Amino acid sequence: MTTRSAVSTAVLAGAVASALSSLAFASPLSEADVKAAMDAGKEKCFGVALKGQNDCAAGPGTTCQGTSTVDYQGNAWKFVDGGTCATMQLPDGRKGSMEPLDRDIPA
Amino acid sequence: MRPSDPAIAVECEAAAYAAHFAGRLLDPARPAPPDVAAPGGGAAERRFGIYRNNVTVSLIEALAAVFPATLRITGPDFFRAMARFHVRATPPTSPLLFEYGRDFPAFIETYRHARSMPWLADVARIERAWLDAYHAADAAVLASETLAAVPPDALAATRFIAHPATRLLASDYPAFSIFSANRQEAPVGRITATEPEWTLLTRPHLEVEARKVAPDAAMMIAALMHGVPLGSAAGDTLAAFPDFDLSAAIAGFIEAGAFRGISKNGADDET
Repeated sequence: MTTRSAVSTAVLAGAVASALSSLAFASPLSEADVKAAMDAGKEKCFGVALKGQNDCAAGPGTTCQGTSTVDYQGNAWKFVDGGTCATMQLPDGRKGSMEPLDRDIPA
Repeated sequence: MRPSDPAIAVECEAAAYAAHFAGRLLDPARPAPPDVAAPGGGAAERRFGIYRNNVTVSLIEALAAVFPATLRITGPDFFRAMARFHVRATPPTSPLLFEYGRDFPAFIETYRHARSMPWLADVARIERAWLDAYHAADAAVLASETLAAVPPDALAATRFIAHPATRLLASDYPAFSIFSANRQEAPVGRITATEPEWTLLTRPHLEVEARKVAPDAAMMIAALMHGVPLGSAAGDTLAAFPDFDLSAAIAGFIEAGAFRGISKNGADDET
């Protein structure tokens, strides 16, 4: 192993401890929490995205890259916080849905 | 290769045909392939021309989708002309269009009409890396508890494992400021930044995050991404930047989710 510019154990430990304390409230509690947040924290919600704002900015050759052409397009989805999709109130009595919708489909 | 195998023979024939066909597809100076015929049996120049146009336009659209900030900066006419030159010189090598455009930033760098925007290629590099980060494998990020559990005398030898989505990009220009101003909805105001900027892309959850990082923190993150142990990475950075705030840099890359785990002595993966 190469020993290059050395930093003392005390300096390193102090820096790490100070970094971690500054993160105490910002960082998730555990690996499992992070995984859970990634798996379940967001849900796909259909019919709530403004035109061109639907998620899956997955680039060309994919079918979804910000391609919705009308507001609240029923077959376009956006990630929203888990559990909020179906309760979302939209103009003219529209609601979000976990499944694709038939309404607001461009001609 | 065994030409006697019929499956391989068909494959070779198909590959030869594709090469023969594709070669003429992006070069309007060449005639349509002789074995492509119009319904009456005559030459199919016009029909092939329409197909050629569709292919070219779809590849330009693909570049526009990968490089929206670059498009916004140059305007559509400039972008499409530049993209057309690139498409003809460097057609895609993968059928997956979201993989296209890796050579586009280098092309922009050499493009004569873009010389007045020397930072444009670096903005495009961030955009291509953004899409790679978006498509990178899912992984949980390093939790601060994992680092907190390392005994003080083992910290110096601790190595960090980069998260699959993490990308670090250097620029001699304020590429991050230009990129982020042109990737948001609101009108782009005056960009006053003039300093070189490093950009760190991470995807801790579902969204790609872009951050500007200071040169000293960037040096440290780059070293850690290359597997340099924490002690050497910190020491080298402090030697190069005496005012380096080590603690803030560590907090910054943990908060960004740049790494997915640590290993001691480069051995056991402790994710």
